[in-house]
Formats: sequence, structure tokens, C-alpha cells
Amino acid sequence: MAAEHAQHDEHPHASAAKYVQVAVILFVLTALEVVLYEICYGGLAPSMAGLSSQLEPWFVELLLFLSFWKFWFVAMFYMHLKFDNKVLSALFGFSLVIAFVVIVALLILFIYNRGLWWQTGQW
Amino acid sequence: MSSAAMDHGHSAGGHHTSLPIDNRKLAIWTFIGSECLFFATLISTFLIYRGQSVSGPGPKDIFEVPLVTGGTAVLLFSSFFVVMALNGAQEGNRKKLLTWLSLTVLCGMFFAGMQVYEFMHFYHLGLGYSTNLFSASFYTLTGFHGAHVTMGTLWLATLLKDAIKGNLPPEKSLNLEIAALYWHFVDVVWIIIFPVVYLMSLGN
Amino acid sequence: MTTTVLDTEAAPARRSALVEWLTTVDHKKIGIMYGASAFIFFLIGGLEALIIRAQLTGPEGKLVSAELYNQLFTMHGTTMIFLAVMPLSAMFFNFFVPLLIGARDVAFPRLNAMSLWVFMLGGIFLNASFIFGAPNGGWFGYAPLSGREFSPGINMDFWVIGLQILGIASLAAGVNFFTTILNMRARGMTLMRMPMFAWATLITQILVLLAFPVITVALIFLMADRVFGTGFFVTAAGGDPMLWQHLFWVFGHPEVYILILPAFGIISEILPVFSRKPLFGYSAMVFSMAFIAFLGFGVWSHHMFATGMGPLADSFFSLATMLIAIPTGVKVFNWMGTVWGGSVRLATPMYFALGFIAMFVIGGLSGVMHSVAPADLQQTDSYFVVAHFHYVLFGGSIFALTAGAYYWWPKMFGRMLDEGLGKAHFWLMFLGFNLTFFPMHFAGLLGMPRRVYTYPAGLGFDIYNLMATAGAFVLMLAFLVFIWNLIKTWRGPANAPADPWGGATLEWTIPSPPQEFNFGEEPVVTGKDPVWTARRAAGVDRLPEPAHVSGKGIHMPGPSWWPLIVSVGILVFFVGFMLPKFWAFPFHPVGILGFAITTVGIFKWAYEPVDAHATHH
Ligand SMILES: [Cu+2]
Repeated sequence: MAAEHAQHDEHPHASAAKYVQVAVILFVLTALEVVLYEICYGGLAPSMAGLSSQLEPWFVELLLFLSFWKFWFVAMFYMHLKFDNKVLSALFGFSLVIAFVVIVALLILFIYNRGLWWQTGQW
Repeated sequence: MSSAAMDHGHSAGGHHTSLPIDNRKLAIWTFIGSECLFFATLISTFLIYRGQSVSGPGPKDIFEVPLVTGGTAVLLFSSFFVVMALNGAQEGNRKKLLTWLSLTVLCGMFFAGMQVYEFMHFYHLGLGYSTNLFSASFYTLTGFHGAHVTMGTLWLATLLKDAIKGNLPPEKSLNLEIAALYWHFVDVVWIIIFPVVYLMSLGN
Repeated sequence: MTTTVLDTEAAPARRSALVEWLTTVDHKKIGIMYGASAFIFFLIGGLEALIIRAQLTGPEGKLVSAELYNQLFTMHGTTMIFLAVMPLSAMFFNFFVPLLIGARDVAFPRLNAMSLWVFMLGGIFLNASFIFGAPNGGWFGYAPLSGREFSPGINMDFWVIGLQILGIASLAAGVNFFTTILNMRARGMTLMRMPMFAWATLITQILVLLAFPVITVALIFLMADRVFGTGFFVTAAGGDPMLWQHLFWVFGHPEVYILILPAFGIISEILPVFSRKPLFGYSAMVFSMAFIAFLGFGVWSHHMFATGMGPLADSFFSLATMLIAIPTGVKVFNWMGTVWGGSVRLATPMYFALGFIAMFVIGGLSGVMHSVAPADLQQTDSYFVVAHFHYVLFGGSIFALTAGAYYWWPKMFGRMLDEGLGKAHFWLMFLGFNLTFFPMHFAGLLGMPRRVYTYPAGLGFDIYNLMATAGAFVLMLAFLVFIWNLIKTWRGPANAPADPWGGATLEWTIPSPPQEFNFGEEPVVTGKDPVWTARRAAGVDRLPEPAHVSGKGIHMPGPSWWPLIVSVGILVFFVGFMLPKFWAFPFHPVGILGFAITTVGIFKWAYEPVDAHATHH
């Protein structure tokens, strides 16, 4: 056990300072998500009607973009994928690809049958 | 869910591991990979049934952004706390380990409590489990996430107990590392649930 | 982790045999228990098939009622898939994967024991349903038929909960074997030097890990519909029964590869040994298997062409399905390439392996026919489909598993099976199988639907059904011969040498049956087919018979009760969902009890002290 442990302790670990930086980034990104919602649909919408109408069509895309980066930072730094054996990244990455394909395929299969969303604007 | 921790990195007769990864760490990652599909199916169902309920109340009638934002922030911070605790465990810094690990466990309890409060609140607003498709898919998805949080909190609390007793020295820090990996995964799932389930349901 | 230092010289009071088997964490004992219980379930499933065939012998059969018939075909399918083929494969995973990769055990021996007990209890639970009313909605449990409205009885509760329990066993084993194969290989055994059966197991576990969560969630939805009155699959509530079909087949198609990939692995071990020639195109075999598994996640809707998904989806899933024929063809040609030019020895395992290739190709070809969506509309839900999947599951999986049984039995029990009886078994099974299932193609093309408990005369089905029934009884005879073979040789002497077939892989370098710790000295591997390499290097035809070693100083994990206790807890927890409401509690107290047992068991397990059982030795 001890010998094995030494092996994987050799990987460089992120420093505590790095962890703090990531925490700040995560906090900011979450705040952006909420602000985005508030601008588009929430309490800020009336007072920022101009920005609101510009951002609203991209609401879903922007949210997914922001949460993608949150996901990425947690996986890379807190879960150590950036520093750890690449087998683990491959393992997680492959599972995520299959999960993503299944989600997208199911959504397309169901939403397609309810009418094409790019025509109806509804999904 | 702590099953992967149950066999302590068994290597019969001091067998080396083929990859420079401990068995338990590889196993928890394998389990996490499997869980991706578990949550993918729950999230797909929630999205497919978006707007398909035949009766109310719907998400716009009951969701409250401040409450869930609070929960989200707590969970994100707990991920930060647990990496600090792990850092302390690896350095053999007992004070650092105990401080951050206690904070993590508190966060877990807070998040679970937030969810219990949220569910009860929604229930009083007329959203039972079987009220409509939205309620069923929402409660199933967030309920199973909450069960994962509870399980993770229990696991971390057990490790905190070990740490207090002095049973979590640096050479055993892997015990915390795998629990932390599971905990981060639970956090990452919430990173998706928060915008996709809460914010998007309120928009449009 | 508990370890015991083996000290065979001084082994005083042994635990009773029963306790030893109940608490064992030895992968070989676990493998044997998987095999024994799965074989019993296989016989039960076979008995169900015989009743089905007897009922359909002629038109207007009167042997069983429509209701009982529904239960029989549902339980036959569920049993054969989840309680026979999967655990029979698991028997070989358990017993042979550690031996093939040169390990002393799996990565998590106690978790391995838990998989076994959860599977066994789940299987007993499912079969106990015959007392109360067995599942009757098909092995695919299509909603809304499987929902509370159309299946109000306890029947489908057994199915939903039974599958949920079995899923836990499969997932735990998936994590375990994935870790074992990646991390417990002997020194020098790179991934591309692994025996093909280890590869097949690895890829099968990936499929298990990624497909089973999907059915787990689908079953949670169905259980919620049935127990808590949600409307996931209830049309009146806005729910969509199509979602069940999709989720089921997102799992279901990878599941059929979970059933056939281990068979591919077994065949790829047997053919080279009996052709005395290395496997043809090793890396092509590995990559084609990986490709089959990967594509297997993108073809599920070929089970649903008749549901009207629209031309776009139909075309996509048609093309993706046809694509799978390519890597599968690669495998078939490589198997033939392996036999080609070899000095073939026709022992019983080889008979079954060659039979596998022929039967699997027939099933594969009718599979390609189903991938053509317009043709499938004619074939779907007819006996043509029944013929197809029996050619791949029986002609494929069962033939290969039988081949594996004859091939590895000497290693498992130290006894050779009788060759004469083995060949009789083969010919009876080969003839019986084709007599049963080939005519079903014709009955299906004539329009005979699946799952009907009787049919009128004069539609041209009669003769094909009569042939199928006759064939089914020949199959029964084949397995009686097999059982007789087991009994007969069991009574005979332990006559198996370490390497009866001239094998290529590490399990043949150790005594038959292997000692508890498998390898006295951990093997080091320098290439594929290590035994053949060693033989060539030594310039001998056979390596010398290995001696038993004392095993002094080898640390092996100690026995544990907790896997069994946790498994019982899991079973009790799930049974709680079936019991009638108890006062105002949302969960039945029995379920809570099961949850408590499981939780306490897991904690005790995690803290089971080191060397707790060392005193036993
Ligand atoms: Cu399929």
C-alpha cells in the first residue's frame, strides 16, 4: 500500500492558492448565471429591457456555456483530472460522451415528433 | 454508495497495480462514469416532459431563485472546502484537515436541509410527488441528487470521525480523496441541474 | 481489509463447509456458486420453454391458460437473460479472469461476494413470484401495459423489483471487474497481450456500467408509477409510454452485447488452442469488439421501427445497425482464419465452438434483415424475430458457454468430462436447436405473431410448430446427457492434468483445480500466449506438471459475513416497496428495516478489522 501510494503522490498537486482561485471563478460564474436569469426574466428585466431583449434569445446557450466552464473547473482542478493519470480522464470523458449522446438523441427523438423546434420556436 | 471504499485497496499478496492508480481510486472513477448515465437519464426525462404536464402547478408557480441559489453556493463552497481538507490530510496538518472537513460536512447537511425545506415548501404549495409530470420528474431527479448528497455527507462525516480519532494520517489520505471525488461529482451534477432544471424552467 | 496468512501446515479447526461457502471471498468459489445457481435457473427457464412448446404443439392448445402462458413467456425471457446467460458468463468472469491475467483474486473480493449474493437472492425472489402470480408483461415490460392500470396485480411488481435488485449485482460486478482487469494484470501483461476473454470481459463491463443505470432509472419511474401513482408512462397524465420503450432499449441493445461478447471471448480462447495456432488478427479482434460495443449505444431504436418514429430516425438507426455487421463480420472471418491451416483437434469444446460460428452467423444474418426498416415492419413481433434472437442467444451465447464449460471444467474441478457423452450432447443440441428454431423463421414469415398462447388451424403454422416442439424435447435430452456427464465424471477419479488441451494462457500453468492463492509465484508475462512461448523456449511439447506449493506467507483476504448480510438487507429493502401501505407511512417498515440492515452492514464491512480471522488458521 505504502509503495503504491508513493507512486501516485508524485503527481503535482494544485496548491491551496489555486483552489482558492478556482473557488472564486466558480462563485463568479454562478453569480453570472443568476444575473443572466434576472436580466432576462427576473427582477432586472423591466429596468434593463434593452439588454434583456438582446440576451433573451441566447439564454439557454449562455447558461450552458457558463455551466460548462464550472463543470470543467471542478473536474480539472478539484477532481485533479488535470494532474492525474490520463486513464481517469479517458474514463470520465468517455462516460460523459455516451451520456451526452443519449441525452441529445432522446431529446431529438421526442422533440422532433412534437414538431420541429426551429420552426415552432417551442420545445 | 460507499461500497467502493469498502475493500481497502485490496491487492492480494502485495500484488502491484498495473496502472499507477490505486484500485479504490480507479473503482470510484468507474462508479462515477456509471453515474453519469444515471443522471443523464433523469435529466433527459425532465427535459422531455418539460411543458407536458396536463395540470399545474408548474415550475414558474413554485420555484424560488434565492433559495436554490443559496443551496448552489453552499454546495460549490463545500467542494472547495473538501479539497482544502484533503490538502490538510496529505500534509498531515490535523488542524487544517479537521477545520475544512467539518465545514464540508456542515455544508452537506445544510444543502440536504435546504432541499428538505424546499420539498416541504413545494408540497404546501400543492406540488405532491404524483401531482403532475413536472413534479414527478423534478422530485425524482433532485430527490436522487439529494440522496447522493446525504450519502456523501454520511461518508464524509464518517471520515471526520476517523480524523478526530487520529485515524486519517497522510498515508491514509486516499480514504478522503475518493470520498472527495464522489463529493465533487455530486457537486458537478448540481452544476448542471441548477441552470437546466431551475433557471431554464423559469425562462422562456 | 481482513487478511489471513495462509499456513496450510497448521490448519486446525476448519469452519463448517456451509459457513465457508457463505462467507467466502475467493473468486473461484464465487464463480462456482454463480455457475451452479445460474445452471439451476437455466433449467427452470428451460422447463418454462418446454411448457410453452408443449402448449403450441398443435393449434388450439389447451395445456395452459392464456394468463399462465403470459407468465411463462415473461419468466422464460427474464430468466434466460438475467438469471442464466448473464450469470453463466459471470461464472467464467469470476473463475477465469483473475487466472487469465495472472492475479490472485479480483480487486474487491468482498464486493464480489456481494454481487453473487445479490444476484442469487434476486433470482430466488423473481422465481418465488410463481407462488403469488409471476410477471406477465414480457421481459421488456412495455408501458403502459406494465403500469398499475393494466397490470394491477403483484405480478409486475416482482418483475420491476427483481430487475432492480439484479441490476445492483451487475453494477457492483462491473466496477469490480473493470478495476480488476485494468489494474491487477501480471507483470508484463500489457492490454494488448491480454487473452481475448479478458478483453471481452473488460468491454462487457463497460457496457454494463453505462447501460444498467439507464434501466435502473426507467425501473424507478415505472416503480413510482406503480407504487406512488405518478404518471411517467400514463398517457392521461401527459406521460409518454414511448419514453419507456426508448429507455428500455437504450439499455436493451447494449444488453444483448452483454450477453454475446463473453461468448465471443470464450470462442476466441478455444479456437486457437484446438487449432494449435495463435488467434488470427488479435488486434483486429480487439478493435472490432470495442467498435461493436461503442456502436451498440447508437442503434437502440431498431427495436422500435414499428412505432412510427419518422423517416429521419428510421434511416439513422437502420444505417447504424447495418454498420455493426462490419466489425461482426471481421470477427467471424478472423475466427475462420484462426482455424484455417491449423492442425485441428476435434474435441468436444471445439465441436461447440464451431457450432457457435455457424449458428451465430445465421442469427447475425437475420439480424441484418431486421435492420432494414421496411422489412422489419413485416418481421417485427412475429416468430421470425423469435427465431433470430434464439439463433444469437442460444446458437450464440449458449453454444459458446457450453463450449467454455467443456473447455474449463477440468480446470475448475480437476476432472475431465466424458468425450463420448460430450459429443452426444453436441449432436443432440445441434439437431434439437435447429429443429426448434429454424422452422420458426417460416412460421414468422407466414405471419405467426409472437406471444400468442394459441393459434387456429389452417394458417400453415401447424407443421412448423410441431417441428419446434419436437426439437425442444431433443434439446431437453441434450441437457440431460450433459447432466449425466457431470454426474458420471464427478463420481470418477480426479484425472485432469494441469493442461489437458495444450492451452496458451496462464490458467494452464497451475494445478487443476487451482489452489486458493492461484499462483504460488506471481507470473511474469513477456508476450501473448505465455504458455506456448514458454514451451517453445524450453523446447518441449508440454510443460512439466506443476506441483502444489505450500503457499506459506501469501496474504489472502479473509472470509466475511458482511457481503451476505448487506445483500439480505438490499433484498428486504426492495421487498418493502411491494408490501401494502402500512398506516400512513410513505415507506413500509420492512423496507426501512432492510435499509437499516444495509447501512449497518456497510459500516461494519468498511471497518472490519485487519486480520480479524487470522485465528482461524
Ligand atoms: Cu438491438
